[in-house]
Amino acid sequence: MENFTVGVVVFPGSNCDRDVSWALEGCLDIRTKYLWHESSDLSDVDAIVLPGGFSYGDYLRCGAIARFSPLINALDEFVKSGKRVLGICNGFQILTESGFLPGALTTNKNLNFICDDVELDIVSSKGGWFNNGDEKQTIKLPIAHGEGRYHCDSDTLKKLVDNELIALRYKNNPNGSSFDIAGITNEKGNVLGLMPHPERACDETIGGTDGLFTLKSLILK
Amino acid sequence: MDQFAVKVFVRLRPSVLDPAGEATKSASIKLGAEGIKSLRIGKMIEVKIEGNGEDEVRGKIDLLCDRLFANTVIEDYEYSLEKL
Repeated sequence: MENFTVGVVVFPGSNCDRDVSWALEGCLDIRTKYLWHESSDLSDVDAIVLPGGFSYGDYLRCGAIARFSPLINALDEFVKSGKRVLGICNGFQILTESGFLPGALTTNKNLNFICDDVELDIVSSKGGWFNNGDEKQTIKLPIAHGEGRYHCDSDTLKKLVDNELIALRYKNNPNGSSFDIAGITNEKGNVLGLMPHPERACDETIGGTDGLFTLKSLILK
Repeated sequence: MDQFAVKVFVRLRPSVLDPAGEATKSASIKLGAEGIKSLRIGKMIEVKIEGNGEDEVRGKIDLLCDRLFANTVIEDYEYSLEKL
């Protein structure tokens, strides 16, 4: 895997791009390459991370403007080819706005911007993004968002449950998300969107390593 | 070419909780306003647009509303259109 390269997308307003790159390069020895949002050439990356932040200032809605960038337009073919895409926080919002994942993310129930560590139940093994063995696993990851309340209609929720697309659920729902949803995958499992930040939990000195597995799983085929 | 002034209203769907609306309702009651049963906050977008007649312009606005101005998973939209 020594040539495996993860593209880290940079939008105007992204602010977790360097964190993601640090976690992948520094903690996991996985090569990264920053991809400016106006680029549509994804030929030399093997997986993509849409990092957190406030793309385009979150104008209109979180992720609504980013969706129209050349890079997101090029993402459709990348996803269809089975390559892996991880959307973290604002990246998750972009993935729902652009239709790669169902549902939407909107204002937290209590209106607070919440910075906290949260406990999460790993629900599905789809896509191999989380380390869940036979027993029910719980991980702790940081969250930092004002608009992380996952919402979808009841038919979509049923589809998520029936097809095992719910990846993570909050143990103590901090933002009012439907069904305590913190992260979901697409049906194929190669696209994961989640509000918590795995890249901020990759070193014991900053509070934990529960995020390592998810970032490492970017190299899965 | 005709020019139109369009006002688009984007609202959270009735089934979607509006925490900002709830907070504003609470402040309205603290201000002493009585009788408020519901208060929900939306967005209004003003667009000036050219096109060959109202039908063509409505087509463009429908596309904008459906694909950009509103996220129809959580929001509804409506608009009024005035020929300038």
